[in-house]
Amino acid sequence: MITLNELTKKFGALEALKNISLEIKKGTITYLVGPNASGKTTLIKSILGLVKPTTGFITIDNERLNGNHSYRSKIGYMPQIASFPENLTVVEILKMMKNLREDLTSYDEELIGHFKLEKEYNKRLKNLSGGTKQKVNAVIAFLFNPEILILDEPTAGLDPVSSSILKDKILKENNNGKTMVFTSHILSELEELAQDVIFLLEGETRFRGTITDLIRSTGQQNLERAIASIMKGS
Amino acid sequence: MKILLKIIRYQIHDMSRSMWLIIYTLFFLVVGYGLTNFSSDAPKVLVSIMNITLIIIPLVSIIFGTIYHYNNKDYIILMLSQPIKRKTLFFGIYLGLIIPLISSFLIGTLIPIIFSRIVLGDYFDVLFYLFGSGIFQTAVFVAIAFMIASYNENRMLGLGLSIFVWLCFAVLYDGMLLIIIQYFNDYPLEKILIGFSIFNPIDLARILIILKLDVAALMGYTGAVFQKFFNTDLGIIVSVISLIIWTGIPLVIGNKKFSKKDF
Repeated sequence: MITLNELTKKFGALEALKNISLEIKKGTITYLVGPNASGKTTLIKSILGLVKPTTGFITIDNERLNGNHSYRSKIGYMPQIASFPENLTVVEILKMMKNLREDLTSYDEELIGHFKLEKEYNKRLKNLSGGTKQKVNAVIAFLFNPEILILDEPTAGLDPVSSSILKDKILKENNNGKTMVFTSHILSELEELAQDVIFLLEGETRFRGTITDLIRSTGQQNLERAIASIMKGS
Repeated sequence: MKILLKIIRYQIHDMSRSMWLIIYTLFFLVVGYGLTNFSSDAPKVLVSIMNITLIIIPLVSIIFGTIYHYNNKDYIILMLSQPIKRKTLFFGIYLGLIIPLISSFLIGTLIPIIFSRIVLGDYFDVLFYLFGSGIFQTAVFVAIAFMIASYNENRMLGLGLSIFVWLCFAVLYDGMLLIIIQYFNDYPLEKILIGFSIFNPIDLARILIILKLDVAALMGYTGAVFQKFFNTDLGIIVSVISLIIWTGIPLVIGNKKFSKKDF
């Protein structure tokens, strides 16, 4: 379980997160939705310890984050932009990640097969396409069987086939009891996967609940219109 | 510690395939080969190699270090989302960068010198200082680069600052010293100059090497005072300590910022 307690983050004069308190329950798929610059990525990065909150704090499984690093072994992260040392090959980067996590001996490499990444194994990362890099990124996020998965626009750079492979994987891992936190702009994906929606607008939570709640509370007929009406209603 | 070594290992692996590193090595090879063929006068060759390395190493180190930091920001973020301490990553990247750069310099300079007619045994101490200074220049200027990159999110500003810092140490500082010497002609400045040279890692290295060669006689009375100071154990200890401080301070400041900043 991830808990945010009155979390505020300021970048100079800009308030990226304004006093956010929320709970993300174990085993749910939670979607962070909101327009650009609404604070989604800042929120995700705070959970990962990449961004240090100005005030407030975060706890994961009742352990308060205070600059320690060990809690991140529970988290798999797939950033929006993938980047690796450019002269390493795919197989080397996977080996490196495994090497850095000596505490583990079993890996979840299912996605490598599904994405057919083996044929790219000996290519250097600088020669890979954006989509292929994103696939490597996804493989790394799932590699260590983490309890919590944080995916920042995971399907953005992927073709429909790969994107549905990833979605299947997400559902499968969720059935295994994993907690997932996503951001996405693709509404069809939201309708397909989201169990819980957090709507962020200008650093504040505007809505929290299921998709049906969201549609009902705005009085609109579908998700797209419901979201549009929240954005406008600000 | 184990994780640090692993980060360094993969980084060296990555760097060793970098085209820029190969060009850097080739540069030293070509310059060294050219200079050793031009003249058979060993001190002249060594002074020329020293002059080139003292310009090129700081420049390449500071620019390469800054660009490397900016180009690998997303990689740094990915690594920091793993259970790795920020400090470990910072020093891992630092060491993983300077080790290949230093090896490049050592290979590139040593090979032409070995194949030339310079009798290595006669100039052992000069070579020792030459290589030592090359190693320290790399360590100092990559450290400064990392400090600058940690503080500045804007890569253009960061790169500009790096070039400016290099310019200060390589050119402006000497110019300033000359003006001071000119103005205070009538005063005995030798001891003060020793103090000033310690504040510039490039000058310090240059003085150390020149004093090992006969050309030091050309430096006149100042040279004699320098010789008296830098040729003693105390002088050498002071120089080495000040070079270590020159590496340590930017690293400590850079690491502090790196550990606190938002990515």
